[in-house]
Amino acid sequence: MKNYFHKFLLVILFINVTAFASPEEDQELFRDHFKNRFPNTEFSDYKNGVYSIDASSREQWESIEDFPPYELNIDQGKELFSQPFKNGNTYATCFENSGIAVRQNYPYFDESTNQVMTLELAINNCRKKNGEKPLSYYKGGPMADISAYMAYTSRGNKFDVKIPNSQEAFDAYEAGKKLYFTKVGQLNFSCADCHVYQTGSKLRADIPSPGIGHSTHFPAYRSGAGRLVTLHERFAGCLNRVRAKPFKAQNEEYRNLEYFISYMSNGLEINGPGSRK
Amino acid sequence: MNRRNFLKNSLMTAATITTFAGLMIKPKRLYAAWPKASFDITDLNDSINSVYGHNNLNESSEVMLKAPDIAENGAIVPLNVKTKLKNVESIMIFVENNPQPLSSGYNLSSKSVPIVGTRIKMGNTSKVIAAVKSNGKIYTASKEVKVTIGGCGG
Amino acid sequence: MSTIKLRAKESKGVVTVKALIKHPMETGQRKNKKTGEKIPAHFIQQVICKANNDEVITINWGPAVSKNPYLTFAYMGFKGDVVELTWEDNQGNKDSLEGEVK
Repeated sequence: MKNYFHKFLLVILFINVTAFASPEEDQELFRDHFKNRFPNTEFSDYKNGVYSIDASSREQWESIEDFPPYELNIDQGKELFSQPFKNGNTYATCFENSGIAVRQNYPYFDESTNQVMTLELAINNCRKKNGEKPLSYYKGGPMADISAYMAYTSRGNKFDVKIPNSQEAFDAYEAGKKLYFTKVGQLNFSCADCHVYQTGSKLRADIPSPGIGHSTHFPAYRSGAGRLVTLHERFAGCLNRVRAKPFKAQNEEYRNLEYFISYMSNGLEINGPGSRK
Repeated sequence: MNRRNFLKNSLMTAATITTFAGLMIKPKRLYAAWPKASFDITDLNDSINSVYGHNNLNESSEVMLKAPDIAENGAIVPLNVKTKLKNVESIMIFVENNPQPLSSGYNLSSKSVPIVGTRIKMGNTSKVIAAVKSNGKIYTASKEVKVTIGGCGG
Repeated sequence: MSTIKLRAKESKGVVTVKALIKHPMETGQRKNKKTGEKIPAHFIQQVICKANNDEVITINWGPAVSKNPYLTFAYMGFKGDVVELTWEDNQGNKDSLEGEVK
Protein backbone atom coordinates (compact mmCIF):
# COMPACT_ATOMS: atom_id res chain seq x y z
CA MET A 1 0.00 0.00 0.00
CA LYS A 2 2.82 2.32 0.98
CA ASN A 3 4.46 1.64 -2.38
CA TYR A 4 1.40 2.67 -4.30
CA PHE A 5 1.05 5.81 -2.23
CA HIS A 6 4.56 6.82 -3.07
CA LYS A 7 4.09 6.04 -6.73
CA PHE A 8 0.99 8.18 -6.63
CA LEU A 9 2.91 11.01 -5.01
CA LEU A 10 5.54 10.79 -7.71
CA VAL A 11 2.93 10.92 -10.44
CA ILE A 12 1.60 14.05 -8.72
CA LEU A 13 5.16 15.35 -8.72
CA PHE A 14 5.30 14.87 -12.45
CA ILE A 15 1.89 16.34 -13.09
CA ASN A 16 2.77 19.36 -10.99
CA VAL A 17 4.97 20.71 -13.78
CA THR A 18 3.22 24.03 -13.84
CA ALA A 19 1.68 23.90 -10.37
CA PHE A 20 3.24 25.19 -7.19
CA ALA A 21 5.34 22.22 -6.02
CA SER A 22 8.77 23.54 -5.28
CA PRO A 23 12.02 21.80 -6.13
CA GLU A 24 12.57 21.38 -2.38
CA GLU A 25 9.29 19.52 -2.08
CA ASP A 26 10.14 17.41 -5.12
CA GLN A 27 13.48 16.54 -3.57
CA GLU A 28 11.89 15.45 -0.31
CA LEU A 29 9.31 13.26 -2.08
CA PHE A 30 11.98 11.76 -4.31
CA ARG A 31 14.22 10.89 -1.38
CA ASP A 32 11.37 9.50 0.67
CA HIS A 33 10.67 7.04 -2.10
CA PHE A 34 14.21 5.66 -1.91
CA LYS A 35 14.27 5.75 1.89
CA ASN A 36 11.22 3.51 1.86
CA ARG A 37 12.51 1.22 -0.83
CA PHE A 38 15.95 0.82 0.71
CA PRO A 39 15.56 1.33 4.45
CA ASN A 40 19.04 -0.06 5.16
CA THR A 41 20.93 2.25 2.83
CA GLU A 42 22.67 5.27 4.31
CA PHE A 43 21.94 8.42 2.33
CA SER A 44 25.65 9.11 1.79
CA ASP A 45 26.09 5.69 0.19
CA TYR A 46 23.83 6.51 -2.76
CA LYS A 47 26.88 8.00 -4.45
CA ASN A 48 27.90 4.39 -5.06
CA GLY A 49 24.88 3.66 -7.20
CA VAL A 50 23.88 0.03 -7.52
CA TYR A 51 26.62 -0.96 -5.09
CA SER A 52 24.72 0.81 -2.33
CA ILE A 53 21.88 -1.69 -2.78
CA ASP A 54 23.49 -4.97 -3.96
CA ALA A 55 26.04 -6.80 -1.81
CA SER A 56 27.30 -9.32 -4.36
CA SER A 57 28.23 -6.81 -7.04
CA ARG A 58 29.56 -4.46 -4.34
CA GLU A 59 32.18 -7.01 -3.34
CA GLN A 60 33.48 -7.30 -6.90
CA TRP A 61 33.37 -3.53 -7.30
CA GLU A 62 35.40 -3.04 -4.11
CA SER A 63 37.97 -5.48 -5.46
CA ILE A 64 38.28 -3.46 -8.66
CA GLU A 65 38.31 -0.12 -6.80
CA ASP A 66 41.37 -1.36 -4.87
CA PHE A 67 43.35 -0.57 -8.03
CA PRO A 68 40.88 0.67 -10.62
CA PRO A 69 41.67 0.96 -14.34
CA TYR A 70 40.54 4.61 -14.36
CA GLU A 71 43.73 5.56 -12.50
CA LEU A 72 45.42 5.41 -15.89
CA ASN A 73 42.84 7.92 -17.18
CA ILE A 74 43.31 10.26 -14.23
CA ASP A 75 47.05 10.41 -14.93
CA GLN A 76 46.35 11.10 -18.59
CA GLY A 77 43.72 13.69 -17.67
CA LYS A 78 46.11 15.51 -15.38
CA GLU A 79 48.65 15.75 -18.15
CA LEU A 80 46.06 17.00 -20.65
CA PHE A 81 44.68 19.50 -18.14
CA SER A 82 48.11 20.96 -17.52
CA GLN A 83 49.10 21.21 -21.17
CA PRO A 84 48.88 24.81 -22.44
CA PHE A 85 46.80 25.70 -25.48
CA LYS A 86 48.52 27.02 -28.60
CA ASN A 87 48.01 30.54 -27.28
CA GLY A 88 49.80 29.76 -24.03
CA ASN A 89 46.73 29.76 -21.75
CA THR A 90 45.68 26.69 -19.77
CA TYR A 91 42.36 25.26 -18.60
CA ALA A 92 43.14 26.71 -15.17
CA THR A 93 42.47 30.21 -16.52
CA CYS A 94 38.84 29.31 -17.35
CA PHE A 95 37.82 27.98 -13.96
CA GLU A 96 37.47 29.07 -10.37
CA ASN A 97 40.28 27.82 -8.15
CA SER A 98 42.31 27.01 -11.29
CA GLY A 99 39.90 24.19 -12.06
CA ILE A 100 40.86 22.13 -9.02
CA ALA A 101 38.14 20.78 -6.73
CA VAL A 102 35.29 22.42 -8.70
CA ARG A 103 33.25 19.45 -9.98
CA GLN A 104 30.54 19.92 -7.36
CA ASN A 105 29.84 23.44 -8.69
CA TYR A 106 28.37 21.98 -11.89
CA PRO A 107 25.81 22.01 -13.26
CA TYR A 108 24.66 25.51 -12.42
CA PHE A 109 22.14 27.80 -13.98
CA ASP A 110 23.96 30.52 -15.87
CA GLU A 111 21.76 33.59 -15.53
CA SER A 112 23.70 35.52 -18.16
CA THR A 113 22.78 33.03 -20.88
CA ASN A 114 19.71 31.48 -19.19
CA GLN A 115 21.12 28.04 -19.80
CA VAL A 116 22.35 25.20 -17.64
CA MET A 117 26.13 25.04 -17.66
CA THR A 118 27.74 21.64 -17.16
CA LEU A 119 31.40 20.93 -16.47
CA GLU A 120 32.07 19.23 -19.78
CA LEU A 121 30.42 22.03 -21.74
CA ALA A 122 32.56 24.45 -19.76
CA ILE A 123 35.67 22.48 -20.75
CA ASN A 124 34.79 22.80 -24.42
CA ASN A 125 33.82 26.47 -24.01
CA CYS A 126 37.26 27.01 -22.52
CA ARG A 127 38.82 25.40 -25.57
CA LYS A 128 36.70 27.49 -27.92
CA LYS A 129 37.62 30.67 -26.07
CA ASN A 130 41.27 29.79 -26.57
CA GLY A 131 41.10 28.90 -30.24
CA GLU A 132 41.09 25.13 -29.83
CA LYS A 133 38.78 22.57 -31.43
CA PRO A 134 36.10 21.00 -29.23
CA LEU A 135 36.61 17.51 -27.82
CA SER A 136 34.12 14.71 -28.39
CA TYR A 137 31.89 13.64 -25.50
CA TYR A 138 31.74 10.11 -26.84
CA LYS A 139 33.96 7.05 -26.78
CA GLY A 140 36.28 8.13 -23.98
CA GLY A 141 39.27 10.10 -25.16
CA PRO A 142 40.65 13.42 -23.89
CA MET A 143 37.32 14.96 -22.80
CA ALA A 144 36.57 12.01 -20.55
CA ASP A 145 40.14 11.99 -19.23
CA ILE A 146 40.08 15.69 -18.34
CA SER A 147 36.60 15.35 -16.84
CA ALA A 148 37.82 12.36 -14.81
CA TYR A 149 40.81 14.30 -13.51
CA MET A 150 38.65 17.27 -12.53
CA ALA A 151 36.17 14.95 -10.80
CA TYR A 152 39.01 13.23 -8.99
CA THR A 153 40.38 16.49 -7.57
CA SER A 154 36.88 17.23 -6.27
CA ARG A 155 36.31 13.97 -4.44
CA GLY A 156 34.61 14.42 -1.12
CA ASN A 157 33.01 17.78 -2.00
CA LYS A 158 29.23 17.72 -1.89
CA PHE A 159 26.73 18.71 -4.53
CA ASP A 160 24.87 21.90 -3.61
CA VAL A 161 23.09 22.67 -6.85
CA LYS A 162 21.11 25.88 -6.62
CA ILE A 163 18.01 26.89 -8.53
CA PRO A 164 18.04 30.68 -8.70
CA ASN A 165 14.80 32.50 -8.12
CA SER A 166 13.99 33.07 -11.80
CA GLN A 167 11.37 31.66 -14.13
CA GLU A 168 14.07 30.54 -16.56
CA ALA A 169 15.94 28.56 -13.93
CA PHE A 170 12.76 26.97 -12.68
CA ASP A 171 11.77 26.10 -16.25
CA ALA A 172 15.11 24.42 -16.89
CA TYR A 173 14.75 22.35 -13.73
CA GLU A 174 11.17 21.43 -14.64
CA ALA A 175 12.20 20.48 -18.19
CA GLY A 176 14.79 18.10 -16.76
CA LYS A 177 12.27 16.66 -14.36
CA LYS A 178 9.73 16.23 -17.14
CA LEU A 179 12.18 14.33 -19.34
CA TYR A 180 13.06 12.12 -16.38
CA PHE A 181 9.46 11.04 -15.95
CA THR A 182 8.45 10.87 -19.64
CA LYS A 183 8.11 7.47 -21.26
CA VAL A 184 10.06 7.32 -24.51
CA GLY A 185 11.12 4.91 -27.20
CA GLN A 186 9.73 1.68 -28.58
CA LEU A 187 10.03 0.11 -25.16
CA ASN A 188 8.14 3.05 -23.69
CA PHE A 189 10.32 3.53 -20.61
CA SER A 190 11.13 6.66 -18.69
CA CYS A 191 14.27 7.15 -16.59
CA ALA A 192 11.95 6.83 -13.60
CA ASP A 193 10.64 3.44 -14.70
CA CYS A 194 14.04 1.86 -14.14
CA HIS A 195 15.69 4.16 -11.64
CA VAL A 196 12.75 5.00 -9.42
CA TYR A 197 10.04 2.34 -9.70
CA GLN A 198 12.21 -0.66 -10.58
CA THR A 199 15.43 0.21 -8.83
CA GLY A 200 16.66 -2.81 -6.92
CA SER A 201 14.68 -5.25 -9.06
CA LYS A 202 16.29 -7.50 -11.63
CA LEU A 203 15.84 -6.29 -15.18
CA ARG A 204 17.26 -9.20 -17.18
CA ALA A 205 20.88 -9.37 -16.03
CA ASP A 206 20.94 -5.88 -14.53
CA ILE A 207 19.81 -4.22 -11.36
CA PRO A 208 18.79 -0.61 -12.07
CA SER A 209 20.57 1.79 -9.75
CA PRO A 210 18.67 4.30 -7.61
CA GLY A 211 17.92 7.74 -9.08
CA ILE A 212 19.81 9.56 -6.34
CA GLY A 213 23.54 9.78 -6.84
CA HIS A 214 23.82 9.20 -10.57
CA SER A 215 25.90 12.20 -11.45
CA THR A 216 28.32 12.00 -8.50
CA HIS A 217 30.52 9.33 -10.05
CA PHE A 218 30.78 10.20 -13.72
CA PRO A 219 32.63 9.86 -15.97
CA ALA A 220 32.45 6.14 -15.28
CA TYR A 221 34.99 3.53 -16.33
CA ARG A 222 32.69 0.86 -17.69
CA SER A 223 34.38 -2.52 -17.79
CA GLY A 224 32.09 -3.75 -20.55
CA ALA A 225 33.19 -0.89 -22.77
CA GLY A 226 36.76 -1.02 -21.41
CA ARG A 227 36.92 2.77 -21.19
CA LEU A 228 35.51 5.93 -19.62
CA VAL A 229 31.95 6.93 -20.48
CA THR A 230 30.74 10.50 -19.93
CA LEU A 231 27.36 11.22 -18.31
CA HIS A 232 25.73 12.42 -21.52
CA GLU A 233 27.08 9.46 -23.47
CA ARG A 234 25.41 7.33 -20.81
CA PHE A 235 22.12 9.23 -21.21
CA ALA A 236 22.34 8.51 -24.95
CA GLY A 237 23.12 4.86 -24.21
CA CYS A 238 20.05 4.53 -22.01
CA LEU A 239 17.81 6.13 -24.64
CA ASN A 240 19.25 3.79 -27.25
CA ARG A 241 18.46 0.87 -25.00
CA VAL A 242 14.77 1.76 -24.83
CA ARG A 243 14.92 2.29 -28.58
CA ALA A 244 14.43 6.00 -28.51
CA LYS A 245 16.43 8.41 -30.60
CA PRO A 246 19.01 9.92 -28.27
CA PHE A 247 19.71 13.64 -28.04
CA LYS A 248 23.20 14.93 -28.73
CA ALA A 249 25.55 15.12 -25.79
CA GLN A 250 25.46 18.55 -24.10
CA ASN A 251 22.20 19.50 -25.86
CA GLU A 252 19.81 21.58 -23.79
CA GLU A 253 17.63 18.53 -23.00
CA TYR A 254 20.51 16.60 -21.45
CA ARG A 255 21.86 19.60 -19.60
CA ASN A 256 18.43 20.16 -18.06
CA LEU A 257 18.25 16.47 -17.20
CA GLU A 258 21.67 16.66 -15.55
CA TYR A 259 20.45 19.74 -13.65
CA PHE A 260 17.46 17.83 -12.30
CA ILE A 261 19.31 14.68 -11.29
CA SER A 262 22.17 16.60 -9.72
CA TYR A 263 19.75 18.73 -7.70
CA MET A 264 18.18 15.49 -6.46
CA SER A 265 21.70 14.40 -5.42
CA ASN A 266 22.43 17.51 -3.33
CA GLY A 267 24.32 16.59 -0.20
CA LEU A 268 26.06 13.63 -1.82
CA GLU A 269 29.82 13.62 -2.31
CA ILE A 270 31.55 13.73 -5.66
CA ASN A 271 33.27 10.37 -6.13
CA GLY A 272 34.12 10.31 -9.80
CA PRO A 273 35.47 8.73 -11.81
CA GLY A 274 33.76 5.50 -10.78
CA SER A 275 34.12 1.87 -11.88
CA ARG A 276 30.98 0.33 -13.26
CA LYS A 277 30.12 -2.79 -15.27
CA MET B 1 97.30 -35.58 -43.06
CA ASN B 2 97.91 -33.29 -45.99
CA ARG B 3 97.47 -29.53 -45.85
CA ARG B 4 94.09 -29.60 -47.54
CA ASN B 5 92.66 -32.01 -45.04
CA PHE B 6 94.24 -30.13 -42.19
CA LEU B 7 92.59 -26.93 -43.28
CA LYS B 8 89.26 -28.66 -43.79
CA ASN B 9 89.50 -30.19 -40.37
CA SER B 10 90.54 -26.90 -38.83
CA LEU B 11 87.63 -25.11 -40.40
CA MET B 12 85.24 -27.74 -39.27
CA THR B 13 86.70 -27.66 -35.82
CA ALA B 14 86.51 -23.89 -35.77
CA ALA B 15 82.95 -24.03 -36.97
CA THR B 16 82.14 -26.61 -34.36
CA ILE B 17 83.82 -24.59 -31.62
CA THR B 18 81.97 -21.47 -32.73
CA THR B 19 78.68 -23.32 -32.76
CA PHE B 20 79.26 -24.77 -29.33
CA ALA B 21 80.43 -21.46 -28.03
CA GLY B 22 77.27 -19.91 -29.41
CA LEU B 23 75.20 -22.46 -27.62
CA MET B 24 77.05 -21.97 -24.38
CA ILE B 25 76.73 -18.19 -24.38
CA LYS B 26 74.00 -17.32 -21.89
CA PRO B 27 70.89 -16.19 -23.85
CA LYS B 28 69.78 -12.61 -23.14
CA ARG B 29 66.45 -13.95 -21.88
CA LEU B 30 66.92 -15.90 -18.69
CA TYR B 31 63.35 -17.08 -18.53
CA ALA B 32 61.49 -19.79 -20.38
CA ALA B 33 59.78 -18.65 -23.53
CA TRP B 34 56.06 -17.99 -23.53
CA PRO B 35 54.35 -21.41 -23.73
CA LYS B 36 52.41 -20.83 -26.92
CA ALA B 37 51.33 -24.45 -27.26
CA SER B 38 49.63 -24.50 -23.87
CA PHE B 39 47.85 -21.21 -24.49
CA ASP B 40 46.49 -22.42 -27.83
CA ILE B 41 44.84 -25.58 -26.53
CA THR B 42 41.03 -25.53 -26.51
CA ASP B 43 40.24 -28.52 -24.30
CA LEU B 44 40.64 -28.33 -20.52
CA ASN B 45 42.19 -31.76 -19.99
CA ASP B 46 44.58 -31.33 -22.89
CA SER B 47 45.49 -27.93 -21.52
CA ILE B 48 46.31 -29.32 -18.09
CA ASN B 49 48.28 -32.15 -19.68
CA SER B 50 50.29 -29.74 -21.79
CA VAL B 51 51.30 -27.76 -18.72
CA TYR B 52 52.17 -30.62 -16.38
CA GLY B 53 52.70 -33.61 -18.64
CA HIS B 54 49.87 -35.43 -16.85
CA ASN B 55 46.36 -34.93 -15.44
CA ASN B 56 46.86 -36.00 -11.82
CA LEU B 57 45.15 -33.25 -9.90
CA ASN B 58 44.47 -33.40 -6.16
CA GLU B 59 41.65 -31.26 -4.84
CA SER B 60 42.87 -29.62 -1.70
CA SER B 61 41.45 -27.30 0.91
CA GLU B 62 44.98 -25.89 1.22
CA VAL B 63 44.39 -24.04 -2.05
CA MET B 64 42.07 -21.06 -1.69
CA LEU B 65 40.45 -19.62 -4.78
CA LYS B 66 38.48 -16.42 -4.42
CA ALA B 67 36.08 -15.75 -7.28
CA PRO B 68 32.58 -14.28 -7.44
CA ASP B 69 29.51 -16.56 -7.56
CA ILE B 70 28.01 -14.40 -10.28
CA ALA B 71 30.35 -12.18 -12.28
CA GLU B 72 28.96 -8.65 -12.43
CA ASN B 73 30.57 -8.38 -15.84
CA GLY B 74 32.30 -11.15 -17.80
CA ALA B 75 34.87 -8.66 -19.07
CA ILE B 76 36.48 -8.21 -15.66
CA VAL B 77 36.20 -11.09 -13.20
CA PRO B 78 38.48 -10.59 -10.18
CA LEU B 79 40.29 -13.77 -9.11
CA ASN B 80 42.63 -14.45 -6.25
CA VAL B 81 44.58 -17.61 -5.40
CA LYS B 82 46.56 -18.34 -2.27
CA THR B 83 47.80 -21.45 -0.58
CA LYS B 84 49.35 -22.66 2.65
CA LEU B 85 51.33 -25.33 0.80
CA LYS B 86 55.11 -25.04 0.84
CA ASN B 87 57.66 -25.06 -1.99
CA VAL B 88 55.19 -23.77 -4.50
CA GLU B 89 56.72 -23.78 -7.94
CA SER B 90 53.78 -22.45 -9.91
CA ILE B 91 50.14 -21.41 -9.86
CA MET B 92 47.98 -21.87 -12.98
CA ILE B 93 44.46 -20.61 -13.55
CA PHE B 94 42.21 -22.54 -15.94
CA VAL B 95 38.75 -21.49 -17.09
CA GLU B 96 37.00 -24.60 -18.38
CA ASN B 97 34.60 -23.00 -20.85
CA ASN B 98 36.84 -20.25 -22.20
CA PRO B 99 37.97 -20.73 -25.83
CA GLN B 100 41.42 -21.54 -24.45
CA PRO B 101 41.17 -22.79 -20.85
CA LEU B 102 44.64 -21.71 -19.72
CA SER B 103 44.17 -18.07 -18.73
CA SER B 104 47.46 -17.41 -16.96
CA GLY B 105 50.42 -19.04 -15.25
CA TYR B 106 52.54 -17.73 -12.38
CA ASN B 107 56.06 -19.18 -12.02
CA LEU B 108 57.27 -18.50 -8.53
CA SER B 109 60.79 -18.22 -7.12
CA SER B 110 62.20 -19.26 -3.78
CA LYS B 111 61.44 -15.74 -2.52
CA SER B 112 57.77 -15.89 -3.50
CA VAL B 113 54.87 -16.00 -1.12
CA PRO B 114 52.20 -18.05 -2.92
CA ILE B 115 49.51 -15.42 -3.44
CA VAL B 116 48.44 -14.19 -6.87
CA GLY B 117 45.54 -12.18 -8.20
CA THR B 118 44.33 -10.85 -11.51
CA ARG B 119 41.16 -10.01 -13.46
CA ILE B 120 40.09 -12.15 -16.38
CA LYS B 121 37.57 -12.27 -19.20
CA MET B 122 35.01 -15.04 -19.12
CA GLY B 123 32.68 -15.67 -22.03
CA ASN B 124 30.35 -18.14 -20.35
CA THR B 125 29.44 -19.61 -17.00
CA SER B 126 32.34 -21.86 -16.19
CA LYS B 127 34.30 -23.74 -13.61
CA VAL B 128 37.46 -21.83 -12.70
CA ILE B 129 40.33 -24.02 -11.52
CA ALA B 130 43.35 -22.84 -9.58
CA ALA B 131 46.21 -25.35 -9.74
CA VAL B 132 49.21 -25.17 -7.42
CA LYS B 133 52.36 -27.19 -8.03
CA SER B 134 53.98 -27.97 -4.70
CA ASN B 135 56.77 -30.51 -4.18
CA GLY B 136 56.06 -31.90 -7.62
CA LYS B 137 52.36 -32.58 -6.99
CA ILE B 138 49.41 -30.60 -8.35
CA TYR B 139 46.77 -29.38 -5.89
CA THR B 140 43.58 -27.67 -7.00
CA ALA B 141 40.59 -25.66 -5.90
CA SER B 142 37.74 -24.83 -8.21
CA LYS B 143 34.64 -22.71 -8.26
CA GLU B 144 31.80 -22.23 -10.68
CA VAL B 145 31.47 -18.61 -11.73
CA LYS B 146 28.19 -17.67 -13.38
CA VAL B 147 28.34 -15.19 -16.22
CA THR B 148 25.13 -13.54 -17.32
CA ILE B 149 24.65 -11.92 -20.68
CA GLY B 150 21.77 -9.73 -21.68
CA GLY B 151 21.36 -6.69 -19.53
CA CYS B 152 19.36 -3.58 -20.08
CA GLY B 153 22.26 -1.40 -19.10
CA GLY B 154 23.98 -1.63 -22.41
CA MET C 1 54.01 8.36 -19.73
CA SER C 2 54.54 4.85 -18.36
CA THR C 3 51.97 2.18 -19.10
CA ILE C 4 52.57 0.75 -15.65
CA LYS C 5 51.30 1.85 -12.25
CA LEU C 6 53.06 0.08 -9.44
CA ARG C 7 52.43 -0.20 -5.70
CA ALA C 8 54.66 -2.20 -3.39
CA LYS C 9 54.11 -2.37 0.36
CA GLU C 10 55.92 -4.38 2.99
CA SER C 11 54.26 -5.79 6.08
CA LYS C 12 55.63 -8.42 8.46
CA GLY C 13 58.35 -9.40 6.03
CA VAL C 14 56.04 -9.85 3.07
CA VAL C 15 56.04 -7.40 0.19
CA THR C 16 52.75 -7.22 -1.69
CA VAL C 17 53.11 -5.86 -5.19
CA LYS C 18 50.11 -4.54 -7.12
CA ALA C 19 50.29 -3.37 -10.69
CA LEU C 20 47.91 -1.89 -13.23
CA ILE C 21 49.04 -1.89 -16.85
CA LYS C 22 47.57 0.09 -19.72
CA HIS C 23 47.05 -2.45 -22.52
CA PRO C 24 44.19 -3.42 -24.87
CA MET C 25 44.61 -7.19 -24.25
CA GLU C 26 42.92 -7.82 -27.58
CA THR C 27 42.06 -11.50 -28.04
CA GLY C 28 42.15 -11.53 -31.81
CA GLN C 29 38.57 -12.81 -31.94
CA ARG C 30 36.70 -9.52 -31.91
CA LYS C 31 35.56 -8.13 -35.23
CA ASN C 32 35.74 -4.54 -36.37
CA LYS C 33 32.06 -3.56 -36.49
CA LYS C 34 32.51 -1.49 -39.62
CA THR C 35 34.77 -3.68 -41.73
CA GLY C 36 33.90 -7.12 -40.36
CA GLU C 37 37.63 -7.89 -40.14
CA LYS C 38 39.04 -9.50 -37.04
CA ILE C 39 40.97 -7.11 -34.83
CA PRO C 40 44.45 -8.64 -34.54
CA ALA C 41 45.47 -10.25 -31.26
CA HIS C 42 47.43 -7.82 -29.12
CA PHE C 43 48.06 -8.93 -25.57
CA ILE C 44 50.77 -9.08 -22.93
CA GLN C 45 52.44 -12.47 -22.90
CA GLN C 46 55.00 -12.12 -20.15
CA VAL C 47 55.40 -10.06 -17.04
CA ILE C 48 58.58 -10.35 -15.06
CA CYS C 49 59.24 -8.87 -11.70
CA LYS C 50 62.59 -8.44 -10.03
CA ALA C 51 63.43 -7.26 -6.54
CA ASN C 52 66.91 -5.79 -6.17
CA ASN C 53 67.76 -7.37 -9.53
CA ASP C 54 66.76 -10.87 -8.46
CA GLU C 55 63.92 -12.44 -10.36
CA VAL C 56 60.94 -12.90 -8.05
CA ILE C 57 58.17 -14.08 -10.39
CA THR C 58 57.64 -14.80 -14.08
CA ILE C 59 54.11 -14.57 -15.32
CA ASN C 60 52.68 -15.93 -18.54
CA TRP C 61 49.42 -14.39 -19.68
CA GLY C 62 46.98 -15.33 -22.40
CA PRO C 63 44.48 -13.02 -24.11
CA ALA C 64 41.81 -13.94 -21.52
CA VAL C 65 43.34 -11.54 -19.04
CA SER C 66 41.18 -8.39 -18.86
CA LYS C 67 41.91 -5.13 -20.67
CA ASN C 68 44.10 -2.74 -18.70
CA PRO C 69 45.20 -5.73 -16.69
CA TYR C 70 45.69 -5.89 -12.96
CA LEU C 71 48.15 -8.10 -11.17
CA THR C 72 49.09 -8.82 -7.60
CA PHE C 73 51.67 -11.15 -6.08
CA ALA C 74 53.89 -11.30 -3.00
CA TYR C 75 57.44 -12.11 -1.98
CA MET C 76 59.57 -12.06 1.14
CA GLY C 77 61.33 -8.73 1.21
CA PHE C 78 62.04 -5.40 2.84
CA LYS C 79 61.06 -1.76 2.78
CA GLY C 80 63.38 0.03 0.43
CA ASP C 81 63.67 -2.93 -1.98
CA VAL C 82 63.77 -1.77 -5.57
CA VAL C 83 61.10 -3.62 -7.50
CA GLU C 84 61.23 -3.67 -11.30
CA LEU C 85 58.29 -4.80 -13.40
CA THR C 86 58.64 -5.50 -17.12
CA TRP C 87 56.03 -6.63 -19.61
CA GLU C 88 56.30 -7.81 -23.19
CA ASP C 89 53.44 -8.41 -25.61
CA ASN C 90 52.89 -10.62 -28.65
CA GLN C 91 53.71 -7.74 -30.98
CA GLY C 92 57.13 -7.18 -29.43
CA ASN C 93 56.20 -4.10 -27.41
CA LYS C 94 57.70 -3.73 -23.95
CA ASP C 95 57.65 -1.44 -20.97
CA SER C 96 59.28 -1.42 -17.61
CA LEU C 97 58.92 0.48 -14.36
CA GLU C 98 60.86 0.59 -11.14
CA GLY C 99 59.45 1.35 -7.76
CA GLU C 100 60.54 1.37 -4.16
CA VAL C 101 58.88 -0.81 -1.56
CA LYS C 102 57.19 1.34 1.09
